[in-house]
Formats: sequence, structure tokens, C-alpha cells
Amino acid sequence: MSLDVTTDYEPVMGLEVHVELATATKLFCGCANEFGAEPNTHVCPVCLGLPGSLPVLNAQAVELVLRFAEAVNLHVPARSIFSRKNYFYPDMPKDYQISQYEEPITVDGWIEIDGTRIGIERAHLEEDTGKTMHVGGGGRIHEATSSLVDYNRAGVPLMEIVSRPDIRSAEQARAYVSELRAVLLAIGASDGKLEEGSMRVDANVSVRPRGSSELGVKVEIKNMNSLRSLGRAIDSEIERQIGALAAGERIVQETRHWNEADGRTHSMRSKEGSSDYRYFPEPDLVPIAPTDEMRERIRAAMPELPAARRERLVAEWGIGETDARVLVAAPGLAAYAEAAVLVLTDGTPRDVVNWCTGDVLAHLNESGLSPEVLPLAPDGLAELVGLVAGGALSRNQAKDVLDECLREPKRPKQVVEERGLAQVSDVGELGAVIDAIIAANPADADEYRNGDDKVRKKKRGFFMGEAMKATRGQGNPQLLTRLLDERLGNDS
Amino acid sequence: MTGTALELAAAVRAGDRSAVDVVEEYLAVVAAREPELHACNLVTGDSARAAAAALDAAVARGEDPGPLAGVPIVLKDNLCTRGVPTTCSSRILEGWCPPYTATVVERVVAAGAIPIAKTNLDEFAMGSSTENSAFGPTRNPRDPSRVPGGSSGGSAAAVAAGYAPLGLGSDTGGSIRQPAALCGVVGVKPTYGLVSRFGLVAFASSLDQIGPFAATVADAALLLDVIAGHDAADSTSISGVRERVLPVIDGGVDGLRVGIVEELTDAEGIQPEVVAAVETASRALEQAGATVDRVSIPSAVYGLSAYYLIAPAEASSNLARYDGVRYGLRVDGEDVATMNARTRGSGFGPEVKRRIMLGTYALSAGYYDAYYGQAQRVRTLIIRDFARAYEHFDVLLSPTSPTVAFELGAKTTDPLAMYLSDICTIPSNLAGHPAMSVPYGTGEGGLPIGVQVLAPALGEPVMFRTARVLERSVA
Amino acid sequence: MAQLIRANVEHVARLARLALDDDEIEQFTRDLGVILDHAQQVAGLDTRDVAPTAHPLPLVNVLRPDEPHRSLDRDEVLAMAPDVQDGRFRVPRILDAP
Repeated sequence: MSLDVTTDYEPVMGLEVHVELATATKLFCGCANEFGAEPNTHVCPVCLGLPGSLPVLNAQAVELVLRFAEAVNLHVPARSIFSRKNYFYPDMPKDYQISQYEEPITVDGWIEIDGTRIGIERAHLEEDTGKTMHVGGGGRIHEATSSLVDYNRAGVPLMEIVSRPDIRSAEQARAYVSELRAVLLAIGASDGKLEEGSMRVDANVSVRPRGSSELGVKVEIKNMNSLRSLGRAIDSEIERQIGALAAGERIVQETRHWNEADGRTHSMRSKEGSSDYRYFPEPDLVPIAPTDEMRERIRAAMPELPAARRERLVAEWGIGETDARVLVAAPGLAAYAEAAVLVLTDGTPRDVVNWCTGDVLAHLNESGLSPEVLPLAPDGLAELVGLVAGGALSRNQAKDVLDECLREPKRPKQVVEERGLAQVSDVGELGAVIDAIIAANPADADEYRNGDDKVRKKKRGFFMGEAMKATRGQGNPQLLTRLLDERLGNDS
Repeated sequence: MTGTALELAAAVRAGDRSAVDVVEEYLAVVAAREPELHACNLVTGDSARAAAAALDAAVARGEDPGPLAGVPIVLKDNLCTRGVPTTCSSRILEGWCPPYTATVVERVVAAGAIPIAKTNLDEFAMGSSTENSAFGPTRNPRDPSRVPGGSSGGSAAAVAAGYAPLGLGSDTGGSIRQPAALCGVVGVKPTYGLVSRFGLVAFASSLDQIGPFAATVADAALLLDVIAGHDAADSTSISGVRERVLPVIDGGVDGLRVGIVEELTDAEGIQPEVVAAVETASRALEQAGATVDRVSIPSAVYGLSAYYLIAPAEASSNLARYDGVRYGLRVDGEDVATMNARTRGSGFGPEVKRRIMLGTYALSAGYYDAYYGQAQRVRTLIIRDFARAYEHFDVLLSPTSPTVAFELGAKTTDPLAMYLSDICTIPSNLAGHPAMSVPYGTGEGGLPIGVQVLAPALGEPVMFRTARVLERSVA
Repeated sequence: MAQLIRANVEHVARLARLALDDDEIEQFTRDLGVILDHAQQVAGLDTRDVAPTAHPLPLVNVLRPDEPHRSLDRDEVLAMAPDVQDGRFRVPRILDAP
């Protein structure tokens, strides 16, 4: 239920998205930027913050941020600097984080979501922290007896993307994140996996009376690990805030934690006062001054962005905008479809798209796989589409075949053969079947000929059923229908 | 017999002396004087002997052992040395062995030098007397009842006492130059960025530089040439080819324009004999063909205040990592924040705590602009004033330390009094310019006086030429 | 006169994670007051059209190629640690999220 329509309040929201950049090494040292390694095996004096160590900036991280800036219309100031954000926490090797505060590398951009511009206030670089595990007390921080720290992730490059408070619904928030992800994938900046943590979203949610131009108190929501939970958490929080205001309460500015299990946000243990990060310019690094040459090169090498891709597919393939959106939003799916279309010998791109946005996408979502690792390669999908288009396979049969090919490394033709599924489309053969059935059921044939539309429909269904039985389900339904109409319609 | 680094290296390279013999000779001096002076946190005799033996073998094979062949060198104990304790004279790092070595140390070793000791310092390089060391003070070889200066007091005293011809120290507000002056040796703070800081335990990142100690100007130049130069591991390191200093030090000062910095030389608290030394030095330069005049660096008077906001601010951040989690001292607590606080409360000495507190305050919300922000602007004013001065002068002159070596305990109760030791040296750190102290006569009780030569960024050649003339004029 | 009261000092000590005893707090309250007074010279200067210098060097764009180096050996890393469990650094429980 979309709350903003039915109440006197409108939600006003901004999102902070942290993206792990897909570089080979960390932001300030040459340790591998790799997920899932044995703890504390990708560390060095720099990312461990050992005494005497110094940071050196990764050129590729800068490149990726500048690409992102190009893609979402962010302005790149002539100069930007790094700053230290000082606070103590065990996952922080230096007990300060090298980030950007004043003078970030990019500012003032926007991205279009369904015709609305969502402003992007800034996108900047910073280093990630290590990972902490809590021991004892069910693994939750508050009941733990100790914590264990792995610094493999410490120093991984992050791009923090801060939107303006232009988001007005959970749905829009999801669309924004989805589009950001599509852009990041297109430019090769990140694999954008919310579930794995290579993309993290925090929401700042506030509400205000509809028509007001003042901002309400904002509450930060954390711990949303999928698009679905993002939407649910936002809806839950909006509801909570409206409920509180309606009951005459004030909204407390705080950070709340989304709990997937009970479907509510919970207040995190509050700290004494807000944090004083004592930001100051990082003296161990020198400023970044992106050159015209750098920016020109990036501009010239920009790949096709999601919006342009959707437009092109709609124009080239004649598919609808919704299909285009779904196709482009799912990581790797558009590329998969395009590869299939490329080798299509029979059938249309729309056929390919239908399979992709339907059964293939469903399978991807359920299995968590990405299209690149599916047992069914794009040319296999093209083969399947060809079989249907040529009449060798009915749509229902094709669905079954696809199902198997998505799980087993088999070609569609192989499955068809193994199962003896080849659809019968021979006019002569099917004609004979129809004739035989009509002959065997003269009374029904008469009822059809003399009956009204309702009766005819019922009879047609009966005859089709018989025909399917007779052909063991392999009769081409379209052809059977046509033949049936012909033979029944004629008073022979 | 002991000699200069230049002489020793030549002799070892030529096979006239064995590095093993040289090292033994110097280790004997260490053994004789160390019980009294306590210049060292650790004497690395065994590894020195092994390195010397390996070097002799290399020479025997006909290999070139490098420009510092067989020369013993002492290293300030805030320079990381792999597998060897690097304590910064602090309890919080007592016994900590880094898993890597500082770039400068790698360079001197590659050049054939033999490290023989990690020397004492004021804890985390914060101090002007080496009395802030957690392991006890170092004593001045010229008068053991007095301080050697700080924070690199150990290295200065070691070189002055003859432990080694060469030493490395670090200078943030004068920590090489001031002890050099108090101990009667040459001490150099290079241009910021000339020498890699990778492996130097940071105090104040925008001010710290590593530099040489030596008994002679030529030896200091020899060592500087080895350690200077771009390092990819230090983002603030200058790149590009630069001329070496040693080949040009005898270029003289004919036609050079020398300026005596008024605000530093006339400052309150400068001992008369120190002022006199500067004046004598300026006359010696005139005799050698330079023109001398007075010059004003008006903002220099604000240097001390700006420094005591910037340095502690950066230090408060640089020292946050000592939290008992990954290495060093840990004092337990029921939760991690308590553990951090107890560890740091126990592990840091009072001066370090004082500066962390000061720095944290200067950066904190509501105070940043008035303190840290303002100090960084004063820094710009100082740089501007220097730039104006260098339009009319090639090098500048001033005292290094306002006084000769003071007695142990004389300034420890009043932090501000101790901070005043740095008024002449601080401006160069703020500007990022090179400066060096040259021994120039003695004062009360025969205690050494140092004269400071200042030059613009990358002005090491003209600075050394001037220092060389001064050195010869005293001899 | 920089009025530094005990509460300021206690707050700063918390920010800096320094456990101080009463004597230290008193001492630092005095010391910091004196030093800050001295530093007030700086606070009073007219620096309206002066940009701050964060760096004495005019360097920009110091970058390194995105190429891996050898990381430290894990045993060497953990050998320095006060407390280790399962290849990770162990600390007492964390009460506050950052």
C-alpha cells in the first residue's frame, strides 16, 4: 500500500549508497580487493595502519568515480582533497577513516527515474573498514562477550553516493537504487550486490504535511540487504512516523535498524551526543586535480548507459518500456538477451525478451545465479525460440524444455529428442486426427454446428482435448484449432 | 682510528680497512660511554658485526659496497626496522617489532652503512630534551648533567660521543637541529618531501622530515644524498631529478646574499653568546665574499603558536591507532572503549597525553576554525614572508637554539618554557623549507652553540655551501 | 583567557580515548588553558584573504597503478596481536556502534 497517497503527509527521503569499487587492489595499497579470502591474509602495513605506513591513491578508483560522474551528470571540481574522519572503532586500523569531506571529487549530479530527476548531492571516495564478528550472545553486538576483527576489507575503495532528499516513496527508492546499480554495472564500477555487501544502502526518512516546504526530522535507517527489504523498511518507517505524529509525538532524530524478521525498524542504542569526527585535510595525500585529458578520455570511452540501452531496445526490438526496464535492471540480462538475438535464425527479439523477463528472470532470482553462469547459453535460448517459431515445439513444451536447460547443461534440441517432444505440425497428419475425432463424435459435432457461441466454445474445448489426447500432447495447438474450425465449420 | 664517514667509506671500499674492524672500534666507544649517556634504546651489535662481515666479503669479491661502505650509523628509534624493536621510546610500543623497514633505512643499508643502534628520543618525538622518553633521558656528552636536546637527543648525543660518524633523526619543529646545536654536531632538516617518510612513525605528518646527523658538513651531505629522492610509497615525496649536494659543497659563498632573520635573532630569551655566535658567523660569510643584511619575517613570531596547534592536532590523529587492538601494549577492560582508554592512559607519557588532548581540542567541533584552521592560514603568511625574503636573499641565518644545553629537569615543570626551545626552528617546518645547524663555537661552560642556515625549498646546495664556509671559519 | 573547564577536558579525554586520573585532569585543565592562551595570538590575526596551507608542497595527482603487491604473511601479522582467535584480532565486547 502506498501510504503517501492516502494520508495528509508526504514522505521526503534521501539515500546514501556505499559502493565497493571493482578495482584489483585496495584504495591506498596493493593488497588484493577480493571477497571471501581467509581472514587477515590481504593486509599490509598500509591497510593495517601500522606505525610509519603511508597511503598511496589507486588510479583506477579515481577513474571509476570519474566514469560514474560522467554517467550521472556530476560536476567534477578542479581540485579535491581527502580528509580524515576521526573516531575509534576496532574495525578501523588507524582509528580514522580517510574519506572526503570538504572538496569531494564530484558534486551536483542527477539521475532520471520514470521522468523524475533525483538529485545526487555528491559522490566521493573513501576507504572501507574491516569486518567485525561478535562472539557470544547469538552473534548480536549487544549481547556479545567479545568481537573478532578481520582486516581484509579494510582499505577497500568505496564510492559514497549521497542523493538529495528528492525521493517520495518506497517504490521510487527501489527504482533509484536499481537504476544506480544498472549504471554501475554498465560502467564496470561495481557488481552492485546488495546481498553480498558490495552495495549498501542507508535511507534517511522523514515526513511532512503535504504541501509544506519544510523538512521534517529525519531518521536514518540501516540494515536493508535487498531491494525488497529496502521497500519494506521504508514503508514501515513512514507508517511509524506518521503514526507517531498523528498521536501528537515528536520524531526523534536517530539511527534505526531494520529488522527483517519482525518487519519493523528498531532504535539503535543511542550514543552520548552526536559524533565529533574532527575532520581535517589528510596530510599524507595530495589533492586530486582531474585533467581535461583524463575527462575527455573517459567521456569518449563511456559505454552505453541503461537509459540509452532501454531506448535502443524499445526502438530496435519493438518491446514495451516495462520489459525494457526489467531487462536492463537485472544484472547481465540485457547482454544475455542481446547475445541471443544476435544468433537468432527464427523467431523475433520479442520472443527472446519474453522468455528472458519471464522464466529466465524467475530462475535467476530464485537461484541467485547471474546470466553469465547459466547452463543455457544465449545461443541455446535462440535455439529454443527458433524451435517454437518453426512450430516444432509448443509454448508449453518449450517452457518445460527451458526449465530443464536452465538447470542442466543440455541444448534444447537434445532435450526435445530425449523426451520425444517434437511437436506434430504436419497438416495431413493432424487433419486425419481431427477427421477421426469428428467422425467418432457425430452428436457433439452437430451440437457445435447448431449451437450458439457458448456451446461452440465448449465443444471446441472438448474436441481440442480429444485431439491432444490422440496426439499425446504433441499436436500443434494453433494448427489443430484451425483444422477443427475448418472441418466443423463446413457443412460437408 | 675513527675518522669521518667519507674517509672510512673510502678506506673500506679500497680494502684498506675492514668493516668488521671499524664496527668493533665504534662498538667499543658505545660500550665505554653508554652507561653514562644512555643514548640508545638498543645496541644492535651482533647484527652489525654480521653485516660488516658480509660487506667485507662483498668487497673481497670485487663488488662495489656503496658510498657508505662499512660506516656505522645510529637510527632514531622511531624509524621502523624489520624484526628489531621500534619503540618510539614509549611504553605503548615497548618490544614491538615492525614487519617492515623504513625506506631511508633500506637506502642507507643498500649504500653499505652498518646500523649499530636504535637511539633514544622524546616519546613519539614530542619534546626538546629527550627527557620525555619512557626509558629515561639521554645525557649530553659535553656535560652529562645537561640535556642533549630533543627529540632526536639520542642520535645527536651518539654522534657527538663518537658512537658512529653518522646518525638519522627526525625533525618536526626542530628535533634534529636543536639537539645538533646542543651537542655540537651538524644536523639537517631537508626540504619537506625530499626524504621519504615511509617507515617513520608519524608525529605531525605535514611537518615531519627525516635528516642526517654528522660531525662534519661533508658527511652530512654524503648521507643526505643517499637518503634523498622520490619514493613511490610516500605520496608527499618529491619526484624529479635533483642535483646531489656533496659535489657542490665547496662552491663557496662569493656573491651570496645572506639575511639575518630579525624576529628569530632578536627574540626574547636568546642568550647573548648565541646572538654573538650568529654575528660572528655573518662576518665570516662576509669575509668569504657574501653580503649580509638583516631581514624581517614578520609572521615568524606566530610560528610557535601556529605550530602548537597544527602539530598536536595532526599528532592526536596519528596516535589514535595505538588502541591496544592490533599490536603494542594492551591493558584490559570490560569493553573495548574502556580497554582503549586504559591502554592509552597507561601507555602514553604525560607530554604525549598533553599534546593529544591539545590537538583533539583544537580540531573539535566549534573550535576548528579558530584554532587549527587559523593556524593553517598563519602557515600561509609565514610562507609568503619567506618568499618575499628570498626575493632579496639567497640564504638566511639565525640561532638554532635560544640557549646552550640546559640542565636535566630545568624545564620539565613548565611545558611552555620547553616549547620556547623551538622558536627558531619551527618556521622552517611550517614553510617546508630546509634548514641546518652548524656548530659554531661554545658558550657558558664550554657548551656548544649552533648557528642555523635556512634556505628556500630545494635550496640544499646553497645551504650546504654556506654551512661549509662556516665550518671552515671555526676550524 | 581561554576558559577551559574540567568538563571540557573530560569530554576531550573521552573523544581521545584517554583514561585520566583526577590529578591528570586537573593538570591538563591548567596546561591546556595556558597553552591555548598563548595560541590565542593566532586566533586574533586577520586572515580574511588568506587560504590555509594544508601542505607545503604543490604536488597533485600522485597515483599508483591498480596492481597487486605481496601482502604480509598472516602469522607475522597475528604474532604482533595482544589477543587472537580464529585468525582474527580479538577485542572485548563493543558497546556502541560507531
